[in-house]
Amino acid sequence: MRNRVVVTGMGVCAPNGVRLQEFAKALGNLESGINFQPQLQELNFSCQIAGKPNIESIQLNSYFTNVQLKGLNSNGLIYGVIAGRDAWTDAGLGAAEVKPDWDSGIIFGTGILGVDKFREAIYRVDEGNVRRLGSTSVVQTMASGISAYLGGMLGCGNQVTTNSSACTTGTEALLMGYERIQAGKATRMLVGSCSDSGPYVWGGFDAMRILPRNYNDNPELASRPMSASASGFVPGSGSGALVLESLESAKNRGAKIYGEVLGGHCNSGGQRGTGSMTAANNTAVVRCILEALKDAEVEPNQVDAINGHLTATSRDAQEIKNWSTALNRSGEDFPHINSFKGMIGHCLAAAGSIECVGALLQLKEQRIYGNVNCEDLHPEIKSMIADSKIPLKTRGHPVKILAKASFGFGDVNACVIFRTYPN
Amino acid sequence: MQEERYQKLKTIVSTYLPDDLSPMDIQPESNFIEELNINSANLVDIVLDVEDTFDIMLENEDMDGMQTVSDALNIIDKKIADK
Repeated sequence: MRNRVVVTGMGVCAPNGVRLQEFAKALGNLESGINFQPQLQELNFSCQIAGKPNIESIQLNSYFTNVQLKGLNSNGLIYGVIAGRDAWTDAGLGAAEVKPDWDSGIIFGTGILGVDKFREAIYRVDEGNVRRLGSTSVVQTMASGISAYLGGMLGCGNQVTTNSSACTTGTEALLMGYERIQAGKATRMLVGSCSDSGPYVWGGFDAMRILPRNYNDNPELASRPMSASASGFVPGSGSGALVLESLESAKNRGAKIYGEVLGGHCNSGGQRGTGSMTAANNTAVVRCILEALKDAEVEPNQVDAINGHLTATSRDAQEIKNWSTALNRSGEDFPHINSFKGMIGHCLAAAGSIECVGALLQLKEQRIYGNVNCEDLHPEIKSMIADSKIPLKTRGHPVKILAKASFGFGDVNACVIFRTYPN
Repeated sequence: MQEERYQKLKTIVSTYLPDDLSPMDIQPESNFIEELNINSANLVDIVLDVEDTFDIMLENEDMDGMQTVSDALNIIDKKIADK
């Protein structure tokens, strides 16, 4: 017997909204979180814009102890702790007091953590001054630093780990937590992911010439998923977090429920066929969507809405084609589809988790958030699905089943199927 | 002079206290780990702050002998005298 799994808490630290209410409002109102970054200009980046959560007004003292704040220089860790602790609180849960909470675990992913802290360390080491690194160089820069910090703050005693699968990370973390609860190995899992801000994370993408270069004076127009004029993804950062819980536990606690995780699938295209280190094997993408539907016991024609990966590169049309092939639906028959990346950019390792939070907000509000910057729809996309399925404005719409997918470097894919609760 | 050093040391130590302890709890005989509940990893940071504040350098052996606040004070006095 598989346990049913629901989402009972969410937290977020996104470029266009820090904390859940602000993020929901920003998505609904189509507010952009993309800004000009003077530091990137100083460093001669071609793309000098990015999505960075504004945490200036956040009281970090309510998330970290004074000792933890001393020498803290890992912004991904800060975003992750804000999102993770907010999600836990939102679920109505507290920290374990003396004994660990054996039934609660954490799977919180990242691509690379604490690059600014690591930079500090590299300078000291190269100066022959390793003894001056201080005590937190390791914990702020180890990939699992984020799950370790959250684990200690909450006292989780079940599996506490960090996954990493590039831009698939957040969605994969959710599915890993889901499977653990489903299998009866945990009652609650805090899942999510975080990604650092800054030139050391974004530089490599700038060097690959895959970021937009011509929008430094118009940051809000730069991220153009599904548009004919899409010219690359805008780098982002932040964190999303969700509390997954067995339906039984959620009911017993009388917890509020954002939606149910019906199923999902992770796979890889093996970097074969159309797949490579940086491109998706389309056969694998289609298969991933189909396997997710099968796992969720959902028919393709039952999908009401899709929240795509859709990063604003030339590959967006291919992604639409993959969805259309997998669902065997096109034109007016295609479900509503959107991408939040027009507003928040591509938050890399944090993309999947932030977007899952947004997707569940849509289920809760029974609305589809609008797409920005795709008034000039890509002609190939236009030829596959009806314009009306790509709303430019936020609209109320019944959404019962929502499919969310994320794809990442390494030719890896993840697709999750959510359903409203009660259905 | 020693009182001034003690106050400076107290200020350093107080930044590593857990949130449920206050600087008032720091006494000369307080054991860093057992009484002040300072994480052993943070002793490393206290040593670095001491080095910066008093412009001295502590060896690994000095750290091993630093159990209490007054142990630390004695080491600081000795290092300053040896300068």
